[in-house]
Amino acid sequence: MSGTKKETGFTFTIDGVEITAYAGQTIMEAADEAGVYIPRLCDHEGLRHQGSCRVCTVKAGGRSVAACTQPAAPGQAVENETPRLTKMRRDLVEMLFHEGNHLCPICEASGNCELQAMAYRLDMTEATRFPYLEPCRALDASHPDIALDTNRCISCGRCIRASQDVDGKGIFGYVGRGIHRRVAVNGENLADTDAEVTDHAISAEVCPVGCIIRKRVGFAVPIGEREFDHGLIGHDIEEKRK
Amino acid sequence: MDNGQKTGNGISTAICGTAPVSAEEIDAICAQFGNDKHRMLDILREVQDRYRCIAPATMDHIAAATGLTRIEVEGVASFYSFLSLTPKGRVTIRLCDDIVDRFSGLSEVACAFEDELGLKVGETSNDGAFSLEYTPCIGMCDQAPAAMVNDIVLTKLTPETARSAAQALKAGRSPEQLISDRFEALTPSERALHMVDNNIRHAGEVLLGPVPEDAGLAKAATITPTQIISAIEESGLRGCGGAGFTTGRKWRFAASERAEKHFVICNADEGEPGTFKDRVLLTERPHLLIEGMTIAARAVGAREGILYLRGEYVYLRELLLQVLEERRWRGLLGKDILGVKGFDFDIRLQLGAGAYICGEEGALISSCEGLPGEPKTRPPFPVNRGYLGYPTVVNNVETFCHAARILDKGAAWFNAMGMEGSHGTKLFSVCGDCLNPGIYELPYGHTVWELLAMVGGEDAAAVQVGGPSGTMIARDSFHRKLTFDDLATGGAIIVFNGERNVLEIVEYYMSFFVHESCGYCTPCRVGNVFLQKAIQKFRKGLANPEDIDYLKDLSGTIIETSRCGLGMTSPNPVLTTLKNFPLVYSAVIKPSKDGIRDTFDIQSAIDGARKIAKRRSYIFDKDFTQ
Amino acid sequence: MSELPKARIATASLAGCFGCHMAILDIDERLIELMQLVEVDRSPLTDKKRFTQRCDIGIIEGGCCNEENVHVLHDFRRNCDVLIALGQCAIMGGLPAMRNAIMHSDAPLRECLDEAYITGKYIRNTTHNVPNDPALPLLLDEVYPCSQVVEIDYQIPGCAPSGDIIFDTLSKLLTGKFRGFERDMIKFD
Repeated sequence: MSGTKKETGFTFTIDGVEITAYAGQTIMEAADEAGVYIPRLCDHEGLRHQGSCRVCTVKAGGRSVAACTQPAAPGQAVENETPRLTKMRRDLVEMLFHEGNHLCPICEASGNCELQAMAYRLDMTEATRFPYLEPCRALDASHPDIALDTNRCISCGRCIRASQDVDGKGIFGYVGRGIHRRVAVNGENLADTDAEVTDHAISAEVCPVGCIIRKRVGFAVPIGEREFDHGLIGHDIEEKRK
Repeated sequence: MDNGQKTGNGISTAICGTAPVSAEEIDAICAQFGNDKHRMLDILREVQDRYRCIAPATMDHIAAATGLTRIEVEGVASFYSFLSLTPKGRVTIRLCDDIVDRFSGLSEVACAFEDELGLKVGETSNDGAFSLEYTPCIGMCDQAPAAMVNDIVLTKLTPETARSAAQALKAGRSPEQLISDRFEALTPSERALHMVDNNIRHAGEVLLGPVPEDAGLAKAATITPTQIISAIEESGLRGCGGAGFTTGRKWRFAASERAEKHFVICNADEGEPGTFKDRVLLTERPHLLIEGMTIAARAVGAREGILYLRGEYVYLRELLLQVLEERRWRGLLGKDILGVKGFDFDIRLQLGAGAYICGEEGALISSCEGLPGEPKTRPPFPVNRGYLGYPTVVNNVETFCHAARILDKGAAWFNAMGMEGSHGTKLFSVCGDCLNPGIYELPYGHTVWELLAMVGGEDAAAVQVGGPSGTMIARDSFHRKLTFDDLATGGAIIVFNGERNVLEIVEYYMSFFVHESCGYCTPCRVGNVFLQKAIQKFRKGLANPEDIDYLKDLSGTIIETSRCGLGMTSPNPVLTTLKNFPLVYSAVIKPSKDGIRDTFDIQSAIDGARKIAKRRSYIFDKDFTQ
Repeated sequence: MSELPKARIATASLAGCFGCHMAILDIDERLIELMQLVEVDRSPLTDKKRFTQRCDIGIIEGGCCNEENVHVLHDFRRNCDVLIALGQCAIMGGLPAMRNAIMHSDAPLRECLDEAYITGKYIRNTTHNVPNDPALPLLLDEVYPCSQVVEIDYQIPGCAPSGDIIFDTLSKLLTGKFRGFERDMIKFD
């Protein structure tokens, strides 16, 4: 809830469902509280909104906006799960798959991976028309407890914000521009930073894919028994409505 | 540097003897800018100039001095094209790689430089003397091919002039001496005019005709801020950078925002390929521009301003600094301007460092704040919370110049020119296949035909209106009007004759957007690469009929989901040519036969293995026994 | 049931591990049900090396890593009405496609073969040669998903796909009822 002060809320709709919001709330914040799930990858509970993956694109007032950064407006009719938006979101998720090397069968995040889970939710099952970019970045296994495979990074920046804002460290940051923009570490390699496996930025919930790897725990939970083997991504939010 | 992608663009790998990094010098540079992290771009430009690169150790040092982390410094250093993490030559030659330059003999000029310097484009010489590289449009399309040699500009290059320039540089002459033996003795304005022609072909009533000095400012000083804004609103002036937002409204929004400070920023980051009208205004009408900014400052209550000059126009730096200094001296900047108590305003010059995206107002503000040039999340809008969180007016060079003239001559005078919705005059920068490339100041509302007749480009087969992010039209659309509501343009008019390959132009423009996307959001970062690759398939004759729908479909996703104007317009070269030149695409597609893709080229796919195995294919080579 | 003419199915394993074919057997006892509807033509399961007649459905495991894969895939496309890519390798190259991402040198294929047969850390190859028998098909420059070589009608995801999704998809396709996958059946691992 937004603060302890009881402000007067206003209402708007998402796909016809009436949602209550408070001044300053984004569309996504209000939707989450109301149990309406809007797909997202770069946004994560407890971290600043970034609005970069664009998977949360919704139609509001006739315009396409990122639900994670767009303030809710009284009386507005927001479209969320229309065929057109789902199609565009699927395109975006597929772009992220093709930008990196996402070989689910060999990735230890498979089953816990939000990118993969989003592909399931958005029915990414048709023959692709996108080319594969096949990056070839060196693995950083310098740290005793943590490894980084940035070939799987989707540039969501959650680790950057978690390290800066929650851990107060600033281990990660973006470097480069355009298709060469990527997440890098504050030093020559990860061992050169003050990263610890107990950092929030390193925790399993922050990296949505298999880029930040905690050593020696990879297959503690077997494939087939992982988070998204049990339920569609977003079901935890959707259950609030039931 | 690992750039991680196959689509690398020639990062120099030469290792040259780096000048030893002196901690004191780095400290001094940081101190020169108050150890202020918001001046990071200035600090890094200075370090780059002195050491020819920004080495990891230097970044650690700068981070310590400015209270940042190294990764934050690296984030800025690795964002801008003119900054480099690996050593660059003492003389860096940047060949303008615009499509107009390509059509004007760039490859021969590049060969001449390569041959004479013994370097390939993208390389740095082993002795650290030279770097040779390509850079996108540097705003000299009316005198292409052009190049930057450190901070100076060479235009109308031929293989011969390129050779002699390279020889002179090799013989130890400075880049400045390429322009004139008595370069030092020239005034900044003379230097600029020695390097670059302004090619004013048609002077209009507002900007390029006779302009009295500071008459608008004198008027503004006598009226209230509200009256200034009303005058601008009544004139119907709209932003001249391309987007066309109503200037008066923008000023009103900023003025009505209560805040401790307000800022006025001039966007002189003229990066749209084919646009060079601001360059001419900065050279010919610098006082008018500053006058306009000063009027805006009075209107919104700003005491500080920034003139953001694109890195490619560094050759105008001295000229602009001199203008600012002169105006301070004359009491037209600084405290109590024109003797009006409390009318305080001053301007600092902020140089960019090679990033088209900084023309986007949020990205420009980020860049002024010493950050990578990434657009900001909207809302809040800059007029509410812009530079350092304060209400900020960002306008184009031409817009400020117009504002100054409106104050002098009155809103009605300006409003009467042009057409409904598009009032006043506009500077068009015309280049490409025409007899008289250059600047034309015309009232809004002329047709493309009329403009082509003026510039000597009647045999045009295609005209790119507004640069790559604008519209490519064919002859059947030349009756359309140059207005905000029909064919909008920030100024660029690029003329192509029937000899030009439309797909080559489109591929070039897509490669431009790939190079210039900031990479913040997925659709623009990745989608533009896919569009470029798809166009490459068309050019190679490897496209399926379905690929036409694929182009439209992918373009739609990029436009609808991108975060800023770059991604919302980058598919335009593809979409507007699909619409206006459909045959160009349908002529090269290859339908599948029996579901087998003709676009998969088995011969090239097995060629490498054939060479390694030293035998032919028993399946796909008929004469495999040979 | 038996009055309907049975659908003819063919299968092939290209650059895959044969795991997807094993997964077809994961259909378990429902295979009997499925066999009421189909007859298997060319397939490693029947050991038929050639098409005996045109087939209704062709099922492809694996992507294309060599010329023979391309040849077989062409043959399937020509002889099957509907072509299904079964499993991640057929869909997107899969594990064999890992070589695409590491092959960025000037002579990537040579480097790849050298690593695999000569210089690799765990290689015991006393000949120090890359095998080069004339019967060996030539490798492609990279590993291609099937959809880049021929038109693919359906893709069944998974590594390997579950017996359930294979059975469900095939039986729905055969009875004209396929409308997409059940969400909880979609898995890429």
